Amino acid sequence: MIRLPLVLFFSAALFSIGVYGVLARRNAVLVLMSIELMLNAVNVNLIAFSQLWRDLTGQVFALFVIAVAAAEVGIGLAIVLLIYRNRETINVNEVNLLKW
Amino acid sequence: MSSQEYAFVVLALVGTVAAVRVVTARNVVRAALYLVATLGSVGAIYLLLGAEFVGWVQILIYVGAIVILFLFGLMLTKAPIGREALDNQSRGLAALVGLAVLAGLVFLVQQAFGWSDPKVELAQASAEAIGESIFRQYVLPFEAVSFLLLAALIGAIALSRTDERS
Repeated sequence: MIRLPLVLFFSAALFSIGVYGVLARRNAVLVLMSIELMLNAVNVNLIAFSQLWRDLTGQVFALFVIAVAAAEVGIGLAIVLLIYRNRETINVNEVNLLKW
Repeated sequence: MSSQEYAFVVLALVGTVAAVRVVTARNVVRAALYLVATLGSVGAIYLLLGAEFVGWVQILIYVGAIVILFLFGLMLTKAPIGREALDNQSRGLAALVGLAVLAGLVFLVQQAFGWSDPKVELAQASAEAIGESIFRQYVLPFEAVSFLLLAALIGAIALSRTDERS
């Protein structure tokens, strides 16, 4: 028996740490890592509620989220690598090609 | 508090501290290694909650594959080390936003559930039932995700290969 609010608080902490990382980091790879932290926080919630209600839908969706996260990291790192090859930097403050 | 709750609190503390280190570490490789600790403890929490299949998938995919991908990304891009190079100037503002998000979420959870209700029963969710659920109810989303993975794979290769003709 684990109290549900404890799990939700853990997930909230993980999510807000991820938000801080996305906003505070400059290195694009570290920004991607922070996004992973936020996706994990979501998964913790899905698993906790799935186990609470004895409904497997939450776990199926957690698996989908993991798969989408894997795809996102693959594409994200490819883009970061391409930016590094062209611009010699992965500092997100300096990459403003699409900035209006 | 039950013994399972103690185990959960220990794992959650390890995960949270490691997550804080991920976003504050001055060395990018160390940040990746702290990410392993966070993802590992989240996987252990899944196992503790009884979601065995998702727990092992988490450890296999995240710790086994995604972190390795991150390490390759770090190795292929020459990242400068040090606080000034890794963090931008608006660190205080970012911390403020993070704390506001945390406070808002904790407030919402507390309003919705209080502190002690409801309790999660720790029964195992069998991999067989999950497989049945995926391949009966969620076949179409499953196929969509597999197409997404294929597209991501091809896209990543197309993006990162060097064009030899030019």
